[in-house]
Amino acid sequence: MVSDQIKETEQLEDIREIVEKIGSTRADLIPVLQEITNKFGYISQLAIKELSDLMSLPTKEILSVATFYRMLSTQPRGEHIIQFCESAPCHVVGGREVFSALQDALGLEPGQTSADNKWTLLTTSCLGVCGIGPVILVDTDMYGNVTSDQVKNILSRYD
Amino acid sequence: MTVRSMILISNDPESRIRGSEKLFSEFQQQLAHYDLADEVSLTLATDLGSSYASPLVIVYPEAVIYGPITVADVPYIVKEHLYKGRIVDEKRAPVHELSGKVAWLSAREGTLPAENRVVLKNVGVIDAEDIEDYIANEGYQALGMALEMSPDELIDLIKASGLLGRGGAGFPAGLKWSFVKNTDSDKKYVICNADESEPGTFKDRVVLEGDPHAILEAMLISAYAVGADEGYIYIRGEYQLAIERMETAIQQAEQYGFLGENIFGSELSFKVHVHAGAGAYICGEETALIESIEGKRGEPRNRPPYPTTFGLWGKPTLINNVETFANIPPIIRNGSDWYRSLGTASSPGTKVYTILGNVNVTELIEVPMGITLREVITIYAKGMKSGSFKMAQTGGSSGSIIPASLQDTPMDFDSYNKTGVSLGS
Ligand SMILES: Cc1cc2nc3c(=O)[nH]c(=O)nc-3n(C[C@H](O)[C@H](O)[C@H](O)COP(=O)(O)O)c2cc1C
Ligand code: FES
Repeated sequence: MVSDQIKETEQLEDIREIVEKIGSTRADLIPVLQEITNKFGYISQLAIKELSDLMSLPTKEILSVATFYRMLSTQPRGEHIIQFCESAPCHVVGGREVFSALQDALGLEPGQTSADNKWTLLTTSCLGVCGIGPVILVDTDMYGNVTSDQVKNILSRYD
Repeated sequence: MTVRSMILISNDPESRIRGSEKLFSEFQQQLAHYDLADEVSLTLATDLGSSYASPLVIVYPEAVIYGPITVADVPYIVKEHLYKGRIVDEKRAPVHELSGKVAWLSAREGTLPAENRVVLKNVGVIDAEDIEDYIANEGYQALGMALEMSPDELIDLIKASGLLGRGGAGFPAGLKWSFVKNTDSDKKYVICNADESEPGTFKDRVVLEGDPHAILEAMLISAYAVGADEGYIYIRGEYQLAIERMETAIQQAEQYGFLGENIFGSELSFKVHVHAGAGAYICGEETALIESIEGKRGEPRNRPPYPTTFGLWGKPTLINNVETFANIPPIIRNGSDWYRSLGTASSPGTKVYTILGNVNVTELIEVPMGITLREVITIYAKGMKSGSFKMAQTGGSSGSIIPASLQDTPMDFDSYNKTGVSLGS
């Protein structure tokens, strides 16, 4: 319990710092939520409450914005986030096969996080690099021209 | 009296050792001598980025780079260049070797007869992270020329060029600018729509990554035309490199005085922000994009009112696509007749396309408007990989399906609309 409280206090301090750095006007809300997602992996209830005070916005309003954007998350996510492009141009150059290889290797459905909290699997629309499809994005590392048998090798880089 | 030229003197530590401040006062005296002090603005720029020929002196709007310059050179440069209007060739800085760090496009300019680069002229050729590379390639010259025109003259020039918006709808750019210009307001905004999320298109990304200053220069020009003093570049969050390069470009432009207060000594003041998208396809739609910058869910507004009268925070707002903006500096530099010599009568200029699919070469091309799909496939994509051509899709996944029967229809807004299909973005 005590350590939980320490964690909470630390998180609140970090959130205050983020708001101080970015700003507390309405226009700053999305950049602030982006930063919180990057830092903690997701936007917790606690974070939303604190932001509500700091930015003078109803919690409902913050939640409604936080759930609208795909790059923001209100659910805990894994240590590494894998995004797979599911748009047609990648699909037609073998994306479907690569995606099932990826799902098999991870044992995850899109949107799920692994039990050990290591991976979250997400699908995304076109990442604008269709010239080298199929494309997998792990955190900020981009892999292009991926084939099914490369999937395991890519994942092993994050061991 | 309006300022017609601007002189930048490098004032980095090295230039300072070599007497940049003395240069400054000598320029002041000489300008006063020729009675040019009111017409020529003089600035000690913190750092012109390179010491290869310091101290450097850059004269706008011609964007001539002189260097290394000593006090003894100043009277001659002022007399010849500023007074008589003749560039002093023998004092120009040696040609700066371009580092060419942007290597995305294969260096194949000129290999195909029809390829005419306007939008992609600098992409893959200059170092996108070095403002000097841009300046050495006519960069910020169009801004200087634009500031010598009145906003109305400028808008007339864009109208005369016939430039149509490249964000999908093909709306005449000059007309949109005039709507914003003609709406009275104490505050106006300019937004660059760089949300590019049509699956299969990445032309805007390549421009943002390869030539970010061209977008800043175009936004500055449009801000002057419509009377705005603040701008946003809304870049989709996934385009990390584009976001970083644009932020670097903004910093450099601020350092050089291309962004800030009273640019080139004119009444134009402009600041610009990068807004990274948070992942929502719909935010490419201009009113949803505005909501998103305001910190809300990116849901489209009912229209009218249109952003030109009621945009960001309710203020008149000009929104153009990346590729639309990228056409502005070349139009100003070369004129509307030149622009109309490219493309078709109803859709002047060029269009950047990404070619993807069952073809031999998938790539990014820039071609004159009005080229046919057959030409794109046989010449640029080097033919179908297998089988014969059945259909193609334009402008991303929400564009149109173009059947084989239309492969000889010119690809321009008008011809496509007439046959009931759309060119898309
Ligand atoms: C669903 C939807 C998505 C859009 N996405 C984009 C986009 O990604 N980029 C863009 O420039 N315009 C997009 N547009 C068009 C914009 O609303 C707007 O017309 C455009 O930015 C205007 O710029 P232009 O006049 O230079 O073409 C989209 C429109 C709709 C309806
Ligand atoms: S469709 Fe996958 S990156 Fe564009």
